[in-house]
Amino acid sequence: MSDLLYSEVEEDLRASVRSLLTDQAGFSTVLARTESAEPYDLKLWRTLAADLGLAGLAVPESLGGQGASYREVAVVLEELGRSVAPVPFLGSAVLATAALLAAGDAELLPRLAGGELIGALAVPLTTIPGAAFPSGVRANSEGALSGAVRTVADASVADVLIVPAVGPDGPGLYAVEKTGVTVAEALSLDSTRRLADVALDNASSRLLAGPEQAEAALRQALTAGAGLLASEQVGIAQWCLDETVAYLKQRYQFGRPVGSFQALKHRLADLYLEILSARATARYAADALASGIEDVPVAVAVAQSTCSAVALHAAEEAVQLHGGIGMTWEHPAHLYLKRAKSDELALGTPGRHRAALAGLANLPPA
Amino acid sequence: MLTADDLRARVGELLAAHPPGSTDRLEFLRARFDAGLAWVHYPEGLGGLDAPRELQNVVDAELAEAGAPDNDPRRIGIGLGMAAPTILRFGTAEQHNRYLRPLWTGEEVWCQLFSEPGAGSDLAALGTRAVRDGDHWVVTGQKVWTSVAHIARFGILVTRTDPDVPKHQGMTYFICDMTAPGVEVRPLRQLTGEAEFNEVFLSGVRIPDTNRLGAVGEGWRVAQTTLMNERVAIGGTAMPREGGLIGMVARTWRDRPELRTPELHDQLLKLWVEAEAARLAGQRLRQQLAVGAPGPEGSAMKLAFARLQQALTGLEIELSGEDGLRYDDWSLRRPEKVDMLGRGPGYRYLRAKGNSIEGGTSEVLRNIIAERVLGLPSEPRVDKDVAWKDLPR
Repeated sequence: MSDLLYSEVEEDLRASVRSLLTDQAGFSTVLARTESAEPYDLKLWRTLAADLGLAGLAVPESLGGQGASYREVAVVLEELGRSVAPVPFLGSAVLATAALLAAGDAELLPRLAGGELIGALAVPLTTIPGAAFPSGVRANSEGALSGAVRTVADASVADVLIVPAVGPDGPGLYAVEKTGVTVAEALSLDSTRRLADVALDNASSRLLAGPEQAEAALRQALTAGAGLLASEQVGIAQWCLDETVAYLKQRYQFGRPVGSFQALKHRLADLYLEILSARATARYAADALASGIEDVPVAVAVAQSTCSAVALHAAEEAVQLHGGIGMTWEHPAHLYLKRAKSDELALGTPGRHRAALAGLANLPPA
Repeated sequence: MLTADDLRARVGELLAAHPPGSTDRLEFLRARFDAGLAWVHYPEGLGGLDAPRELQNVVDAELAEAGAPDNDPRRIGIGLGMAAPTILRFGTAEQHNRYLRPLWTGEEVWCQLFSEPGAGSDLAALGTRAVRDGDHWVVTGQKVWTSVAHIARFGILVTRTDPDVPKHQGMTYFICDMTAPGVEVRPLRQLTGEAEFNEVFLSGVRIPDTNRLGAVGEGWRVAQTTLMNERVAIGGTAMPREGGLIGMVARTWRDRPELRTPELHDQLLKLWVEAEAARLAGQRLRQQLAVGAPGPEGSAMKLAFARLQQALTGLEIELSGEDGLRYDDWSLRRPEKVDMLGRGPGYRYLRAKGNSIEGGTSEVLRNIIAERVLGLPSEPRVDKDVAWKDLPR
């Protein structure tokens, strides 16, 4: 049976990440950064990735990683969600790393795992695991890539892109460094996750996975990303609940704390219940990914369709139940709302994941 | 500390001494109790071995594999889930020895005499009076929504012993002999047609003081133990994916393509995910319970379960086409246990309406979560310092 709790090691990991993020990624710092020339905190990223070794948590020690598992990665994501920290963890330590792991690459992986390089997986962030292999980028017989990919997470700061492209022999996964690549920063709804449109013009590349492997490797990377994103969503939701509960205890109207009104209490109780379920699905997905059981696709689809909706509901409730202050720029709630809404679209909407379940669970459409 | 292997060995000894194939059911159950394999986390001598609670699964699995009879836990759920933990915690040694064994084997069925017509969600307002008379108490009042009272040998009973103090203080908890003079049980017919519950009228019932659980005036604290365990019992069993109602609805969907519509498909997928999430949350809760005590999280699971059952049974009727217009049986049946899966969709739909009322309404459960888990302040309590007898009613 899957262990859906957190181990002591995982709790220790959570504590050290939370303490770092509390110190380095407080709300006013994060907010100020969203409108600065450096929206990502690369110093914080180096601490997380290189000093704490979190970029390579799920990478085997033989490939320069920590030899832990996706269970631990999920715990880090919960904390990153909780603080909406502006670092390229999802793009580099999750998506690009999972793609390299799936492709069996031994060259780039140690450098990403050690935090020396930042990677990004060059697909639109909305791509759902199992989507048709992208055809927007072509590889010629020399392996030069041309084409465009819109809305790529964390490409803005990436040293290396993992690009799915169609070559003369079929689909492939390619590693591309800077030459011949134009990365145009997009203005993102989620101010704490950077997006960019990538254009490749005869960009030189190295083949990571050929036609036999590429589709499966891409699917595995997206599956891991979607399953782990659920934990980020749990972190967002938990922050929203905790913060709203704290506010409703100290906000007085009509001569009593507004948190004593049943109309508000019941909404928070419902939210608590949703998060209870969401956490169970996210833990199950992380555990399934870690052990590589056959049930991974179902676990991930259940976690994504649950946690996306719960994170969004939590963020929307946080804004509403904070009243006027929740609508302001100066209050943190908006950053969580923007992250939650963007995460709803990221790596497959809840509806698309449910549609995937129709096939996985043999519940055919009308 | 006993291990799973120790317990397997003890199950082996039990089976060798009392082969299920050639042993009378009751005799086997009594032997199982005496071997400490009834509820392994209970103390030795009371059906347990002081073993970790989660090891019960090992025992149950071994016994099921050997084809051993069980104690029909759903028939005696109130005894197992509510009366027993309360007796164990607050009972005297004499009470432990007298009641727990026949309770567990099902020889004596237990019911719960808590709710009253005037005390539902506000249970602490209850007014069934117990007046001391020497070494007895004389009890008069009316209880309602009492499952299995008509087959019960005993009831766990909360009474008002001091009307002059605020409501939470003046209560006392008893074990009531359901065969005692003055106990009258009448069926309470519900919207499904059957009478699963009863009204229980208590008219001058004499209860010996030795049947008291906990101190005089401590009834509310004792009742809290009962109620916390009730909510753990609900939603507390392990099940596979598509276990329970969702499996039935999913099978109908697969078997009857002519009933499918896109809108029902959306609903089905949402509920399938919700059922799976609730199943995983229950699993996670049991993993937490295995390392700790029942907490208020049980209330949350009960809330989830009620919502899910109601949504699923509603969908099932829609999925039934013209059969959704029919009903299987309106006669006044007296079932000993709820048979959700054995009845028709109409019954399931109607019976599920009770899921958000029985064992704490969903509204009260939300208050419990908000106040005890999230720590939100309570509504102003206007009756907190008022003597029970002076409460408006």
